[in-house]
Formats: sequence, structure tokens, C-alpha cells
Amino acid sequence: MTPRTIKTIPKERTPMPEQPAAERRCNFSAVALGYTLENARNESARCLVCDDPKCVSGCPVQVNIPAFIQKISEGDYRGAYDVLSADNLLPAICGRVCPQENQCEGVCTVGVRLEPVAVGRLERWVGDMAIEKGWANTPHIEPCGFRVGIIGSGPAGVACAADLARAGCEVVIYEALHAPGGVLRYGIPEFRLPNSVVDAEIEKLKDLGVKIECNTLVGRLFTIGQMIGEMGFDAVFIGTGAGAPRFMGIPGESLGGVMSANELLTRCNLMSAGKFPEFDTPLNLGRHVVVIGAGNTAMDAMRVSLRLGAAKVSCVYRRSEAECPARLEELHHAREEGVEFHWLTAPVEILGDDQGNVRGLRNIRMELGEPDASGRRSPVPVEGSEHDFEADMVVFAIGTKANPIIGQTSNIRLNKRGYIATDENLATSLAGVFAGGDIVTGAATVIQAMGAGRKAASGIKAYLGIVDTDSVYAPEPAAEDRVFGMAPEQKKPGRVRLDSTWQEASHGTE
Amino acid sequence: MLMASEKENAEDENLGEAGSMNRSGAGSEQGACAGGSVPSASAMPGDSRFPIVSRQDFSDATYLLEVRHPMMARAARPGQFVIVLHREQGERIPLTIADFDREKGTVTLVIQAVGKTTREMQRACVVGSSLFGLVGPMGHPTHIGDERKVVCVGGGLGVAPVFPQLRAFKENGAHVIGVIGFRSKPLIFWEEKFRAYCDELILCTDDGSAGLKGFVTDGLKQALERHPDVDQVVAVGPPVMMKACAEVTRPRGVKTSVSLNPIMVDGTGMCGGCRVSIGGHMKFACVDGPDFDAHEVDFDELMKRQRLFVEHERRALHGWLQKTNNLPA
Repeated sequence: MTPRTIKTIPKERTPMPEQPAAERRCNFSAVALGYTLENARNESARCLVCDDPKCVSGCPVQVNIPAFIQKISEGDYRGAYDVLSADNLLPAICGRVCPQENQCEGVCTVGVRLEPVAVGRLERWVGDMAIEKGWANTPHIEPCGFRVGIIGSGPAGVACAADLARAGCEVVIYEALHAPGGVLRYGIPEFRLPNSVVDAEIEKLKDLGVKIECNTLVGRLFTIGQMIGEMGFDAVFIGTGAGAPRFMGIPGESLGGVMSANELLTRCNLMSAGKFPEFDTPLNLGRHVVVIGAGNTAMDAMRVSLRLGAAKVSCVYRRSEAECPARLEELHHAREEGVEFHWLTAPVEILGDDQGNVRGLRNIRMELGEPDASGRRSPVPVEGSEHDFEADMVVFAIGTKANPIIGQTSNIRLNKRGYIATDENLATSLAGVFAGGDIVTGAATVIQAMGAGRKAASGIKAYLGIVDTDSVYAPEPAAEDRVFGMAPEQKKPGRVRLDSTWQEASHGTE
Repeated sequence: MLMASEKENAEDENLGEAGSMNRSGAGSEQGACAGGSVPSASAMPGDSRFPIVSRQDFSDATYLLEVRHPMMARAARPGQFVIVLHREQGERIPLTIADFDREKGTVTLVIQAVGKTTREMQRACVVGSSLFGLVGPMGHPTHIGDERKVVCVGGGLGVAPVFPQLRAFKENGAHVIGVIGFRSKPLIFWEEKFRAYCDELILCTDDGSAGLKGFVTDGLKQALERHPDVDQVVAVGPPVMMKACAEVTRPRGVKTSVSLNPIMVDGTGMCGGCRVSIGGHMKFACVDGPDFDAHEVDFDELMKRQRLFVEHERRALHGWLQKTNNLPA
């Protein structure tokens, strides 16, 4: 076979089959329908399988991207899943929600000359196929005798749990809500990430032996100190997410019809408010919804509002479209579905009627000034440019701040913004306690949180003195004669074999 | 989510007899918990997660549920609340912990059936059944400091949630004056339970059928006149009652705390639905409260926000009553 070159591969990336905008804006079914087998084969043929794959370093969890795409190309789909799942527990989720244009696809070699390889779409295709076929790479795990407690079942906690479970730790995840998944469940809507996909990926975690305890608010039901102390955990990972919604402090924020995007999305995604009164949680949706902010959460809030029946949805963002922080695809989809964008526009007051409900939003026009600390040109108000929109619902999607509960209930060190302070290994000021994801960095992405969860897992393994940091054993008996894509001859022998005397000596009499 | 309208309906009826849920406030110690095995939030394996072990009906509308949850019983402190999701398709409702028994491993909730959810629970939550979801204790516990003389005011359903605070003040050595109010004599509950921990108890009924005729504010005024040296007042009940209590104590300059009960979804600081204005600053009742300085609270805003879902609640209740044949179609 002649090697592929930039000249021989298909120039354009294979389009994602999508539900037409006019239809989908009225339903919660998936917008991006997923590649067909043919789509996936075509797209996989665009990967140059570079010797120095930039995409891998662009990926927060360093998935071996050329290898899994190569497997698709060869028609070895199970093999593709084996490669993918070695580094990424949640391919069906990440393929849907990662900002690939800033990660793997952003640095793709093909992308220098042509459109980059659609890594995310291929990843999703493999992840979905694994769910459909029931593939799972559940290794035989040798217990190492350590117990680790994880706070939060969002992407950071789930990724951390998976790595620790594979290293032989007994892992318990505590989740405050009544269903696991964190932002994957309450935040990202069904049409972008179906709950069935979240359920399937979480099942895989349970297959690794991870226990998930919902309805458990750590800090209040028991503290981190108690987890490390009387509850006998050897280490703790905090992955609670940022969570607490920001408002702007402008007049009118307590009016009826004003809410955070978190509230809108939680009511809709977690509590199924769209199915009221079959489900008991209500939602007062406006006819004209204005969403403040232009990140992924804002796009989700806008698109959920359309689907719940809003006649008009507008977006107000103080910077220009070029600075819009949402994934390109989300912006594109929102626009196709009819969201009206008002760039360089900042709200100054929410206007109320005599009943205490929203009747409009007063804005001021902005222009871009000098670059600020983030490198983005900071918006400056244009004097005398106030103007009003009519609206009966205003949704704030301008980011989050640190959830205070862990700080309130422990003496863990926080940074001055209220997030948990960690060192480069994600260790906190408390011995044996690690933290990662939004509660450390502030709001970021699903895959960044997963990357942090995995990094913390490495830190925890080092802290606990687990000699082998990826002690994965062959299935017993080896059902498919391979573990994570490795043929039997490549398989390294079992590594950490802890004898019972060592465990007792290091771990007391439990 | 929470039954804004339920509280509201109740409020309309009467000052003293309202509010299906109130939380009280409180201190800063951490909960204790079981040692040894990895603990589970679920009290039992399988689907009976949070079993109801006893129940008491105080009247046609008011009922008490005792739920088994040993870890929560150990962790709970006066003033904290829980969120209940009684079935999977239900709504998450905040309820103040009315009592907890560490030996029995139970927490007690007192609920007034006014909206769909609380009526459905009144019907469904029998001994032997269980709640689908129960999370807590949530919120800061009430700060129990060196107060020497304290008045604890509970109106209607505020009676139950103020009890753990009242008991804690008493156990801390304070002289405790209880003021509890009901609409009329048949609705009275927990009188003896209060007497056991009160140095004085002023019982009020709106119609005068028992105790002092009047609202709890009348009882509060009486207590403050008799005891000019009261150093703290705690008021728990519907917002309109707490507001009235705040106005009684404001001119006298007596420190007053109230337990706020705004609409909530998650109860963990994530949705911001429970935002309240305290001294002109936005606070989230779930993680910053639920106890706040009564003289700083914008009660009018709180009451307005509690009415946000009135229409939905009306529809939900009407639909449910029809379905359960309590109303003609």
C-alpha cells in the first residue's frame, strides 16, 4: 500500500450527518447523528499516521489517536476501541463534548493544509459502537488493599476512579445528587449527550468495581477529615466541580424569570422539567429568552429554551464573535436553529413589570479595547449607546465560581479565588487529599477535568506507594487474548503482586 | 421544584399556620459518622434506600415521618435541612430536620400537605415504604453561642424546625422561652416536647381556643416585655411570620435570626434558585444559610420569589386531585 500523503487523502472532511435544524429545534433527540460505517472509513483514510503525532500531545489524556484511527482504517473496530479505551474511559462522551478544535484537531498535521481529521467524530463512532456491541475492557484487577474515596461523580471523579480501580484500589465515589454523572447529567443536554450514553459509560466504571453512592453530600454528611480518619480511606480525591453560578450584580436579578443557566439546565436535564406535569419539577419558560454569555453552557441554555418552546432566543455577549468561548460546532448549531446573536453588547439592567417579572433587558454597546490579562481584547462600553430588548426571561451563563462547601467544612487551603490550592501533582494542603477539575482550575471542559482526574490518580498512586502505576492484568481467563490492544506476546507479566504480609504491615488490621 | 405555592397557600391562610418547610440554622461543627466499613448513604441495600420507620398524623394536613438514616442522624445539627425526592419523577423539596435520634439512627421530618408533592407523600409515605432520594444534612448548622436568654418562635410548621435549635440552646445552659403558634387547638402538636426543654412556653392560637389568643408576634412581644434581657430571638416559620417577628425585635435592638426557605433545586450551591438578598448582598440560602440576620433579610423579595411557580403548582395539584378522584373532572 502506498503511504498516504497530504496529496492523496480526501481533501474535505466527512460531514457529520445531522438532524435538520428546523426539525431538531423542536425535539431533544441527538443533533449530530453520528458517523455511519462508511463515513468513519472515509474519514479514517484522511489520517497520515504521522511519526510525530501532534494530536496526541494536543489531547489532555494523550489518547493514541493515530493508532485508533489506523485500526478503523484496517477494519479492526474492536482494536480501535482497545487503543482508545486504554487512555480514555469515556470515548462516547468525549467524542461529543471535547473542544477538539482547540486540542487534537487544532494541532492536526493535515489541518495545516486541509481541514483537520475529524478525530472527535471518529472517537464518538468507536465509543458508540462499543456501547452498542457491549464491548468492555474489564481487566482482572489485583486488589492492592488501599481504599480511595472520591467526591463527585463528574468527569474528573470518574476518570480518577477508573485509573485507581485499575491499579487495584477499592474506590467509592460519593455524589450529592440522586444520579451520577455530575455536569454530564445535569449540565449537558440530551440532544448533545444522551443520558443513555452517560449511563452506559458509568456502567463500565461499575464493572471495574467502583462503587457509587448518590445522595451523599460530603462535607456535611461526613467530612474529608472523617474520610481519612475513622472511615479508613487511604486517600481522597475532590472533584466537586466549580458549580456556583455567577450573576452580574446588575439591578433586577431577583425578578421572576431570571435564573442561572445551571438552574435552567438542571431543571430540564436532571429533573425533566420539560415533561411537567408528568415529572413534578416545573420551569417557567419565557417566550423571548435572552441568555447572557456565549460559552458552551450559554449555547446549551439557548438550545434547550428553543426546544422547550421559546418563540425567540437571543444571546448577549460583551465581546465579539471572534472571542466567543463556545465550541465552534455549538455556535454553528445554535445559529442554524435560529438563535439571534448580539455581539459586543453588555446588559446593564434587567427591567421588571409591576408584577415583579422580567419585561426586558437594558444593554449597552461595547467596542474592543486593549488586550487584557487573558490576551483577549477587553470590551469597553460605548457612551450613550443604551438600548432595550423585550424579553420575559433572562438567563445568566457567565461562568461559575467555586462551590464553598468543602472549604466551609475542612481546613483545606484555598486560593484567593476560593478554589482549592494544589501542587503540580494535584495534592492539596491536607495529607492524602488530592483535587482536580473545575474546583481547582475554575470552569473548564469535560476532557480537561478528566485529564486532571487522571493526573490526580497518578499522584495518589505515588502517594500510596503503589509501585506500578498502571497495573493492569490480563483478563482471567483471557477472553479475547488481549488487553487494551496488546497481543499476548506484548503483554507484560503481572507486575504488582502484593503478598498478604506486606498488606497487613502497611495497612493495619482491616 | 420546591413547592413555592404550597408555602404560599399556607401563608395566605394564616400567619401562624403555614410554611411546609423551614430550615433553621446553626453552628459549625462537623457531623460524626460511623467508623470502620466504607459507609453507604443508603440505609439498606436494594431499592428501599431510605425507609420510613414511623409516622404520626397531627391533623388532616400535618404529618411526621421518621426516616432511617444512621449517618445523617449522627451528622445532623440544629438548623440544618435535607432535600427529599420521594420518587424518581418527583421534585426535590427542601425540608428542615425537625428532630434526629442518634441512637435509633433516624431523622424526623414534619410536613404539611398543601401542594401536589406533599399530598402525594402524605398518601404514599407509609411505614415500610421508603424515599427514593434523601440528601443532607445541608446548610450551616445554627450557631449556638454563649446566649444566656433566648426566645425561640415557631409558627405553624415552623414549630417543628425550631425545636432542635431550642433544645440545643437549652442544653447549652440558656434560659429558653418558647413561643409556638397554631391556628386552633386541634392543630397543636409537640406541646409536651417543647415544655420539656422550655423554661417558659407561650402557646398562641389565632382563635384563642388554647393558650394566648393571637399570633406568635403577640407571644413574642409578651416574652420580650417580661424579659428585657433577652439576647437572641430565633424565628422559624413562613416568611410573612418571620418578617413580622423581625419588626417586633428591630425597634428593641434584639439580635434575631431566621431560617429562610426559598425555592431550591439541588441544595448544594449549584443552581442559585435560592438566592436571597441579605443586607443588599446576594446570598444562596442553601450554602450561605439557611440562617440569616432577620434585620438584614429582604422578606418582600423572598415572598415574591416563592410565588414564582404558583401557577405550575396549581396545575399540578389540580391534575393530581383529578387523577386520584378527589375532584370532579
